[in-house]
Amino acid sequence: MPERVTSLERPAEQFNEEVLIRRVVAGEHDLFYELIRPYERRVYAAAFAILRNEADAEDVAQEAVLKAFKHIRQFRAEARFSTWLIQITVNEARMRRRKAHANIMEPIADRQDDEGNYTPRDFADWREIPSETLERNEVRQKLAEALAELGQIYREVFVLRDMQHLSIEETAKALGISTASVKTRLLRARLMLRDLLAPGLGGAWSMTGKLSFVKGTKPW
Amino acid sequence: MVVNCEEVWREVSNYLDGEVEPSLRVAIEEHIRGCKHCTAVLDGTRNVLQLYGDERMLEVPLGFSQRLHRKLDDNMPGDRRTFLGWMVTAAAAALIVGSLEVARSASRGLELRSEHAQPGKGVPPDMMVVVSEDGKLFHAAGCAFIHEKNKLRTITAAEASRQGYSPCVRCMKKYLVTA
Repeated sequence: MPERVTSLERPAEQFNEEVLIRRVVAGEHDLFYELIRPYERRVYAAAFAILRNEADAEDVAQEAVLKAFKHIRQFRAEARFSTWLIQITVNEARMRRRKAHANIMEPIADRQDDEGNYTPRDFADWREIPSETLERNEVRQKLAEALAELGQIYREVFVLRDMQHLSIEETAKALGISTASVKTRLLRARLMLRDLLAPGLGGAWSMTGKLSFVKGTKPW
Repeated sequence: MVVNCEEVWREVSNYLDGEVEPSLRVAIEEHIRGCKHCTAVLDGTRNVLQLYGDERMLEVPLGFSQRLHRKLDDNMPGDRRTFLGWMVTAAAAALIVGSLEVARSASRGLELRSEHAQPGKGVPPDMMVVVSEDGKLFHAAGCAFIHEKNKLRTITAAEASRQGYSPCVRCMKKYLVTA
């Protein structure tokens, strides 16, 4: 049984990754492509969550991957490679954002957690599970718009945790914040998205145009 | 234990993540049964997780991967990969993936996706879990045992069980009946 226990502690995938990393470090550079393949989309999505612009996100994703390659010797096996890669991406994206916004004051809501409790709006039921509706471009578009409405700190957490399926701990590590902050922001992000989407997905989505959401009447 | 609406809203996130104590979970379930507003909040939040947790929401621009590889090619020290080399690698990968798909689809049709796994005990039905299309197990987000990273979905544990997924031996350990 001891072999089984070992394999549970360290899944084959992680083991393969460690081997790949060792070989890349030893000079087999071509294997780096294989190493990053499962994470390419995540790197882009993480960059996009912060920059909200396709061209910038792609640029930053490329820079981040390149940086990971150049600094692969610094990778320490106690972290997961994917977390390390996302961490680099988040840092690159934030730097890019800071440069672009150097002269603009960021809204306070983007920098601080809101104090106090959040009261979800009282909408009628939204029981239907409309997963098939994702086939429709316009639905994906609405979801993307709602996500863009969130403040930066909420969007980052939501994208990493709920769209990329990172654990709370990994999300905290990747963003350089505490697990308590991740949980607080996650709760707020999920409730805000529900409030933004519930009216539309409850039936009013047949109307065209943007989300029925007027600036200044935000429920939070 | 009795909880009010505010407490439910504060815990709804942890509740859906399966991260509340059993006694609190029972209290929340009890409250929700009798509260329309909280039912709507829970249903809506669950829908948010299911919609955004679907792989289809993670779109990358067309040609992203190729451009990324080209950028790497240009910056690799020493021998650069040729386009032909890439085509060969891609074709080989496609072949392997293709044969895996065939092998997988051939083994389908069972009630439980895995013959060896067990259904688990006391799994909170409302807990949101991650599954992959070709996987056999359901996982907590971030579990290192999640394979097929590109086809992930978020669904409730109840729905995952209904679709034949079993609890992961690692991240869902506490719900497994150990002999």
